[in-house]
Amino acid sequence: MTRDGIALKADLLGKKYGGRGQGWALRECDFALPTGRVCALVGPNGAGKSTLLALAAGLLRPTEGTIEAPDREHLAYVAQDKPLHPRLTVADTLRMGRELNPGRWNDATARRVIADTLDPEAVVRTLSGGQRTRVALALALGKRPELLLLDEPMADLDPLARHQLMGLLMADAAEHGTTVVMSSHILTELEGACDHLLLLHGGRIRLDGPVDELLAAHTLLTGPVADLAPHTVVESRTTGRQLTALIRREGPVEGPWETRDPSLEDLLLAHLRTTEGAPA
Amino acid sequence: MVEYRIDRRSGVATYLQIVQQTKQALRMGLLEPGDRLPTAREVVEATAINPNTVLKAYRELEREGLVEARRGLGTFVRTTLGTGPADSPLRGELADWARRARTAGLDREDVAALFTSVLKEHFEGDDA
Repeated sequence: MTRDGIALKADLLGKKYGGRGQGWALRECDFALPTGRVCALVGPNGAGKSTLLALAAGLLRPTEGTIEAPDREHLAYVAQDKPLHPRLTVADTLRMGRELNPGRWNDATARRVIADTLDPEAVVRTLSGGQRTRVALALALGKRPELLLLDEPMADLDPLARHQLMGLLMADAAEHGTTVVMSSHILTELEGACDHLLLLHGGRIRLDGPVDELLAAHTLLTGPVADLAPHTVVESRTTGRQLTALIRREGPVEGPWETRDPSLEDLLLAHLRTTEGAPA
Repeated sequence: MVEYRIDRRSGVATYLQIVQQTKQALRMGLLEPGDRLPTAREVVEATAINPNTVLKAYRELEREGLVEARRGLGTFVRTTLGTGPADSPLRGELADWARRARTAGLDREDVAALFTSVLKEHFEGDDA
C-alpha cells in the first residue's frame, strides 16, 4: 500500500516514448485509487491504458511526475500478451509461482483458476490464447497481491470462461480486499463488476471517480431542441425537432425533457464518441 | 438458500435486484427466519458482480429489519414478509378473481394491465 487507504496514486504523471516524432503517451495524469476498489480502465485504442498499467507495475519509468504503487512483492501484473515460459508445463509454471512468492503463495486459489479445464502436464507453448490467460491469471491471483493490474484480461476467453473468471476475481476481491485495475473494451464485462472508473483519452484522464457518483452526476435527456446551459453537454444529437443528450448536471434539470439515469455503458459510449469536450 | 440472478440489461440497479429477489424469496417462503443468506463471496463468485454491491443490498435489507448480520457468522433472515404462503386466504381470493377474469374473456395481458393499474393506484409512492 502506498499510504493509508490509497492503493495507487499518480501525480502529474507523464510518459513520452523515445524516438523522433513520438508524442506523449500519457500526460498530466492525477488520480488516487482507494484500496479495495475494482477499477475499470477504459479508453479508445492508443489512449494510454497499457502505458499506465506498465508504469503502475514498475516496468516503465515515468518521463515526468510520479506514480506510487505497492512494491513488486505485493503487486501482480498481467500484460496483454500474457508472457509465460513457453516450455514449462502448467504444473511447473504454478510451482514456479509458489517458489517465487514464498510465504504468500495460495495454491488453492491458483488451482481454482485453472479449474479442471487444463491438463497440468500440458506445455504452455501448446495452449490456446484463452488457456494461457487462465495460467497467467492463476499466477497473478496465487500471488495474493494487494494490487492486481490486468491489461485486457478477458479478451481471449469464451463467454462462459469470462463469467467464471470474473466471478473468481470478484470473490478474491471480496475475501482479501484486493484492489483491481482492469482495462477492457468489453463494456458489459465491466458493468456490475467495477465500482471505480478511469477513462483515458489521448493520454489524459477524462473521467475519474466512483461509478455510482459518476452515474449520479449525469443525466440522459430527450425533448425539444433547446439550450442546455448551465449543464455541461457531453454528447448531443438532434433528429428533426428532437434532442437527445447526455449531460453532466449543474443543479436540477428543469425543462420539458424526459430524463433518465444513464447506465455505465451509456456514459462510456457518450464520452468515447466525443473527441473534444467536457472537462474531466 | 437463495440464488440471485442478475440481469444487467434490466435497468434496475444491481443491488436493488438482490433486495427484490430476497424479498420475493421471503414472500414465497423460500427463505425463513434463521436461514443464512449466501456470503458476499458466494454471491460474487456466482454472478461476477462487485462485492460492495452485495454488501449494499444486505445493508438495505438490514435497515428494513428483514435480516441481521451476525459478526463472523453471516447474514440471517429475521422475519417473513407479507402473507405469501400458497394457501393464504388472500391468495385464494386472487386466484378466484383471476378465474372470473378469464371467464369474462380477459386474456393474460388484459389481466396484467388491470392488475398493474390497481397496484399503481394503491401503492403509489411506496418503495419497491
